[in-house]
Amino acid sequence: MAIKILTEHINVPGIETFDVYRQKGGYTAVEKAIKTMTPEAVVEEAKKSGIRGRGGAGFPMGMKWGFLAKPDGVPRYLVCNADESEPGTFKDHHLMKSIPHLLIEGMIISSFALGANKSFIYVRGELMYVIRILEKAIEEAKAKGFLGKNILGSGYDLELIVQSGGGAYICGEETALLESLEGKRGNPRNKPPFPAVKGLYQSPTVVNNVESIANMPWVINNGGEAYAAIGIGRSAGTKLISASGHIEKPGVYEIELGVSVEEFINSDEYCGGVRKGHHLKALVAGGSSVPILPAHLIMKTANGEDRLMSYESLSDGGFATGTMLGSGGFIVFDETACIVRNTWNFARFYHHESCGQCSPCREGTGWMEKVLHRIEHGHGSMHDIDLLVDISKKIEGNTICPLGDAAAWPVASAIRHFREEFVWHITNPKEASLPGAVYQGAMELV
Amino acid sequence: MTETPNLVAFTPERLEKVKEIIARYPEGRQKSALLPVLHVAQEQWGWLSSEVMDYVASILSLEPVEVYEVATFYTMYHLEPVGKHVIEYCRTGPCCLMGGEDIYGYLKQKLGVEPGETTKDGLFTVKEVECLAACGWGPVFQIREKYYMNLTRERVDEIIDELSK
Repeated sequence: MAIKILTEHINVPGIETFDVYRQKGGYTAVEKAIKTMTPEAVVEEAKKSGIRGRGGAGFPMGMKWGFLAKPDGVPRYLVCNADESEPGTFKDHHLMKSIPHLLIEGMIISSFALGANKSFIYVRGELMYVIRILEKAIEEAKAKGFLGKNILGSGYDLELIVQSGGGAYICGEETALLESLEGKRGNPRNKPPFPAVKGLYQSPTVVNNVESIANMPWVINNGGEAYAAIGIGRSAGTKLISASGHIEKPGVYEIELGVSVEEFINSDEYCGGVRKGHHLKALVAGGSSVPILPAHLIMKTANGEDRLMSYESLSDGGFATGTMLGSGGFIVFDETACIVRNTWNFARFYHHESCGQCSPCREGTGWMEKVLHRIEHGHGSMHDIDLLVDISKKIEGNTICPLGDAAAWPVASAIRHFREEFVWHITNPKEASLPGAVYQGAMELV
Repeated sequence: MTETPNLVAFTPERLEKVKEIIARYPEGRQKSALLPVLHVAQEQWGWLSSEVMDYVASILSLEPVEVYEVATFYTMYHLEPVGKHVIEYCRTGPCCLMGGEDIYGYLKQKLGVEPGETTKDGLFTVKEVECLAACGWGPVFQIREKYYMNLTRERVDEIIDELSK
């Protein structure tokens, strides 16, 4: 049985309550950290663990903590990014609703490490029912002395606040999130200064994803080195994968990093295979913004090596033949899926979600949506394919925040790997624009 | 110029809730309460009229424009009257892979409305939204705080029947 750091107790009846969570060893890591460790020692364990940001960027969490400025007399903040909105990603939703105390315990440990006395969990507003679950759990933890003034008699104070968003994908970008938390539109900030120096209320701030923080109780109980020993190479630990699309068992799975993609898709422990009677056509491995891969590059890299669920293996080959682990939003497409239609759908998403601050993104996402719409609906021309590539290149790298890149990559990669499908739409407009029409050409399936 | 009396006001319970929200933030940072307070306002009035937004601005000591610019940026705030039940369905890729287009088409046909419209009896407003972070349980729609997942045509019938009672 594979190791479970986050989900070992997730199906225990009543685990959402303090008492059951406590019976299962919950809050022992808070006791250990606050009673026996210095904040610096906790940061050191996070560094040793090698855990990388689980929101998508994959930046080492301990190093991020190390950048936090500590000027005298200025409050420091920890903000948990629970604005999960990347299409294909629903792991944080699952974790918070099922085992809220795991995140709260992680927040206490992490806040202690960073010297924060007021910390926030910014949850997307649509998940109001999850916000209520978290608030209830916080009340319980407070009543038991794990939050509030003088936690466990240590003299350390922490107030934990759940903030509701208002519906905006862009607020998953950390500086947009901070703007939103200050009660403003979610327009990303120019960097530098980075949040570690000037973040929330112009004070030093760390923003971490839910899953990243939820790993901290285990790291403290078992040590950073033990965490680093799990996984493969620089992909330390486990990862929650949100599996959706054309598979037998959609859901959230915790994997040890380094499991093969083939095992993840086909094993009954995970996806249970592509849905019966169908074949694998394409995969988006890490949320809608990462490059889509065609069947022949999913199980094996271009060099013929087994493709693994790790940061390094998924990106093997660069964007030419690889992709990214991203947020772990694993979307599986079988032969009934139309790549052009899906690409248009994703382009519409990014156009809708662009904050409008940078022209290349504001205008470019709209152009891509329009051009893809006309190809999908039988009004495209051959010139449109190169036009899409051109627009995507002009967005990529030319915006304040990564939403521009996130919008450009799915379009560019779909054309890179499925160009003939776009050509078919353009040369067979009547047939291609029929509802449910899918290219049946020489596409390789697995 | 005569002062016009406030025609809108939070119920006493909601006003308490709003005060509790404002108290969460450091001194002088009450603007941080804006998004949560707008949710409370929408809970009470169903949508955010300019009168409601002006009222929220006065409570948080903000300029009205600070409220308008936020309310118009975020998709959850309704800026026009809505029906008793607002059905917000996810139109993003993974839900569509799970048959979302068929289910939502059926929903719209059943209610006789397009996205943004309200049924004549004022019971249902249908809205298209982007990813609701429930991709493995799609197709999905949300009505107020509740998620309805793994939707089928039969399930849509049941939900609409239930809410029509």
